[in-house]
Amino acid sequence: MRIELIKRKEHSQLMAMLSPILAVGLTLVAAAILFVLSGTDPLLGLFKFFIEPLLDVWSLQEVVVKATPLVLIACGLSVCYLSNNWNIGAEGQFVAGALCGSALPILYPEFETAATLPLMLLFGVIGGALWALIPAILKTRFNTNEILTSLMLVYVANLLLDYLVRGPWRDPDGYNFPESRMFSDAATLPGIGDGRMSIAAPITLAVVVILALVLSRTIKGFEIRVMGESPRAGAFAGFSRKGLTLFSFALAGGLAGLAGTMEVSGSLNQLLPTISPGYGFTAIIVAFLGRLNPIAILVAGFVLALSYIGGEAVQASMGVSDKIANVIQGLLLFFVLGCDTFINYRLRVVTSRSSGEKAGA
Amino acid sequence: MFEAVLLTVITAATPLLIAAVGELVVERSGVLNLGVEGMMIIGAVVGFAVANQTGSGTLGVLAAILAGMAMSALFAFLVLRLVTNQVASGLALTILGLGLSGMIGESFIGIPGLRLPELYIPGLSDLPFIGPVFFSHDAVVYIGFALVGLVSYVLFRTRTGLILRAVGDNHVSAHALGYSVLKVRFLAILFGGGCAGLAGAYMSLAYTPQWVENMVSGRGWIALALVVFASWLPMRIIAGAYLFGAVTVLTFHAQAQGIGIPSQFLSCLPYLATIAVLVVISANRRLTLVNTPACLGKPFVPDR
Repeated sequence: MRIELIKRKEHSQLMAMLSPILAVGLTLVAAAILFVLSGTDPLLGLFKFFIEPLLDVWSLQEVVVKATPLVLIACGLSVCYLSNNWNIGAEGQFVAGALCGSALPILYPEFETAATLPLMLLFGVIGGALWALIPAILKTRFNTNEILTSLMLVYVANLLLDYLVRGPWRDPDGYNFPESRMFSDAATLPGIGDGRMSIAAPITLAVVVILALVLSRTIKGFEIRVMGESPRAGAFAGFSRKGLTLFSFALAGGLAGLAGTMEVSGSLNQLLPTISPGYGFTAIIVAFLGRLNPIAILVAGFVLALSYIGGEAVQASMGVSDKIANVIQGLLLFFVLGCDTFINYRLRVVTSRSSGEKAGA
Repeated sequence: MFEAVLLTVITAATPLLIAAVGELVVERSGVLNLGVEGMMIIGAVVGFAVANQTGSGTLGVLAAILAGMAMSALFAFLVLRLVTNQVASGLALTILGLGLSGMIGESFIGIPGLRLPELYIPGLSDLPFIGPVFFSHDAVVYIGFALVGLVSYVLFRTRTGLILRAVGDNHVSAHALGYSVLKVRFLAILFGGGCAGLAGAYMSLAYTPQWVENMVSGRGWIALALVVFASWLPMRIIAGAYLFGAVTVLTFHAQAQGIGIPSQFLSCLPYLATIAVLVVISANRRLTLVNTPACLGKPFVPDR
């Protein structure tokens, strides 16, 4: 007896809907096993990890704060992945954007006008986009593998941030702590509610809606999907492969840079040696869990943001390592990819008898 | 001084060499496994943990190899059985490996580690200069060189190698000839996983004998770049690994000498060098196209 994959005649709409839900379900089972392995009550663990953060207004706000950069970055990445451009360096683009956006309030702290924030956000977008264009240009010009170059630039961006906050951008009144000066009010994103939420959340929501419309209603959206599924057909339609590589990288980098600037301006209020708990990498999972669709990415962003908060919650209340969040995130991506297979394939169990019948027929 | 530098270059190059030669075999079979970083870090933490618990470096190394293979088997199940996207699955493996290693390693942070013993070859190890530089390393250094020689021989001088390359270059024809594409690829992926595990163990048992989170710090990715640098020829991996080992060590020494360049800029060098090398190699189409496995990254579903 063996199990075979049989290609479906057309891809299953039902499985396309069910696959992410199934993947989350399997992840819950795996998470329960992880809790047992670390010697705790699995049901209590699951409750503390996935449910309790949703029951409390403060932690719900924290989920939104964490979901915002994830959704924003994943939206940009989805355009890259749809068009077969493997940008995995969003973490670096996030940092590069945050650096460019922070340059203004750190170097010119007395520049406090209504234009400060919009300029910061603009610089953030430009910084992230330029950082992302490096692997894109290397790919179009020299045929260099964009996966490796975009990833290498993550390390470079993080080292650059480390250098700046310990060196030239260190707060002169900061008792030698490796952190920049605090941003002025004019350079801080207006908050929403009493928690750490800021207008970063509604800005992200707007980006999601615009991107969803662009992808489903415009020629550009059509171009992105055609070039991903069949570059040859796209070339005959007059679409430029190189142009799209540059476009998708610049868009993903720009959105990651925007996310970075909003994180620094809205949540941290200063530069620190580390400004991201791996948002750029987790956003890759968000993009796939959201099946590269902006609206679904919004939901997926909440699921993964919850995993950050849940990790902190189980560490605080049950003494389980918060690293369990990273493990659960990794497993989730595995399950998402595995379940997506059944959109295009179905399983057939082949027993020795039925394969004999096939041979006889 | 020169002798000391040379010694550290060898220790810095060895994990790159071993991980890269494993990935080379995987890619020659037509599979791109981007999970090298994740498998290496699992190898590092498992190797450290087992060596620490049992007091035996050898057991640590063996456990790390098995752990690397187990991780790669997970990847193999996804990309071979479930035909998932290889790039995304490799990333998943890296994310999972980093998370899992952090969780396993939490209780080992700050514990002094075990160093793999150096071999002593009577006569040779006592020679001035030549002895310490060539004949008094731990066994893994020599295993690394042996692996490169072995892989080179098997790939280009044996029937097994011919089948492996056929599967990587044209899986449809190989399947039609009666070779099991999936089986060949599965074994190649396992070999790559074992090598990555061994390379990881070398990090935590010889390079810096301790457990630090994220201690592989991109070496798995550099190993992937080395395969491109070597244009899929095993012998060239030695040159690549030693070039990168030298860059890493030179940055250390430059930092120690305090030459006035911020340490962060020096730490960037291996990553920037990787990008530079990739650009130079990929710009030369003749060099890459000849040896690139034609089916690299393409999924295969056998039709019976």
